[in-house]
Amino acid sequence: MRARIEGEPGSVANRTTVERTSDCEVVVTRTVDAPARLVFEAFTRAELLRRWWVPRSMGMTLLSCEVDARVGGRYRLVFDHGGAEPAAFFGTYVEVEPYARLAWTNEEGGEGGPVTTVTFEEQGGRTLVVVRERHPSKEALDAAGTGAAEAMVETFEQLDELLAVELVDGHR
Amino acid sequence: MVQYLAARLDASFAALSDATRRGVLEELGRADASITALAEQFQMTLTGMRKHVGVLERAGLVTTRKVGRVRTCRLGPRRLAEEAAWLERYRRRWDARFEALDEVVAELTRQEGSDAREDRG
Repeated sequence: MRARIEGEPGSVANRTTVERTSDCEVVVTRTVDAPARLVFEAFTRAELLRRWWVPRSMGMTLLSCEVDARVGGRYRLVFDHGGAEPAAFFGTYVEVEPYARLAWTNEEGGEGGPVTTVTFEEQGGRTLVVVRERHPSKEALDAAGTGAAEAMVETFEQLDELLAVELVDGHR
Repeated sequence: MVQYLAARLDASFAALSDATRRGVLEELGRADASITALAEQFQMTLTGMRKHVGVLERAGLVTTRKVGRVRTCRLGPRRLAEEAAWLERYRRRWDARFEALDEVVAELTRQEGSDAREDRG
C-alpha cells in the first residue's frame, strides 16, 4: 500500500504521478515525447536545464545555473525567490550514465542531505523519466514537499473549504 | 503513515458515501459526543450508530475513547487532508516542471529534424 496521486485521468497529456514509497522516499514519474538522449541532455546541459527546471508558476526566478554533469562534477543553481537574499541549491553528481541514469546530492542543507536519482527509459521513441528523491529522514521529506509555508496554509485552507462544503451538502 | 494514504483514501471515500456518517462528522466538528447521544440525534439504534462510527474510525476520520460505560467520539486528526495536500503540491511542482521540459525537448527534436534535412541536402 502506497500513497499515490495522479494527474487528471483521461487527459491527453502525459501524466505526472507522485508516489511516496516510504517515509523517506518520494518517486515522480512522467513520460516525455522524445528519445532518452534528448531528455538526458535537457537535464545535463545548463543552457537547457535553466529553461525548464524553474517554471514561472513556481514564483521564483533562476539567476544562474552551472552544471558539470560528470561523476564528481558539481552543479549550482541560484534563485531569486522574492526574499532578501537569493537562494542557492548545489551539490555533486554521484552517478552519470549517459542517456540512462543520473544521481546527484543536494548539499544546500549541509552534509547528509537528500539524494536525487533520475532514470531515463526509452520506449518506442518516448522516454519514461523516474525521479527518486531519497531524504535522510521522514521529517526532512515532509518539509521538502511544502515549499513556502504560506502556500501550504493556503492549500490547507482550500482543502478545508472543499471538505466543509462536501460535509454540509451531504447532510442536507 | 503516509504510505497508507491510498488505502485510507478508499476507506475515507467509502466512509463519506453515507449521509448519516457525514452528519456525524459534521456534528463531531462542533463537539465531541457519545455514541448514545449520536444515536438519539440521528434517531437510530445504538447498534446502528456503533456500526457507522466503526466505519469512520477505520477510515481514520474519527477516534473513540471509552470512559466508564460511555464511549466518546471525536474527529480524527487532520492527517488525511494534510497528506493529500502534501502529495498534490509535490505533484503540481513536478508537473509544471515537466511541461516546461516538454517545450525544451520539442524544440531540440525540431532542431535535430532540420539539421538532418540540411545534412541530406
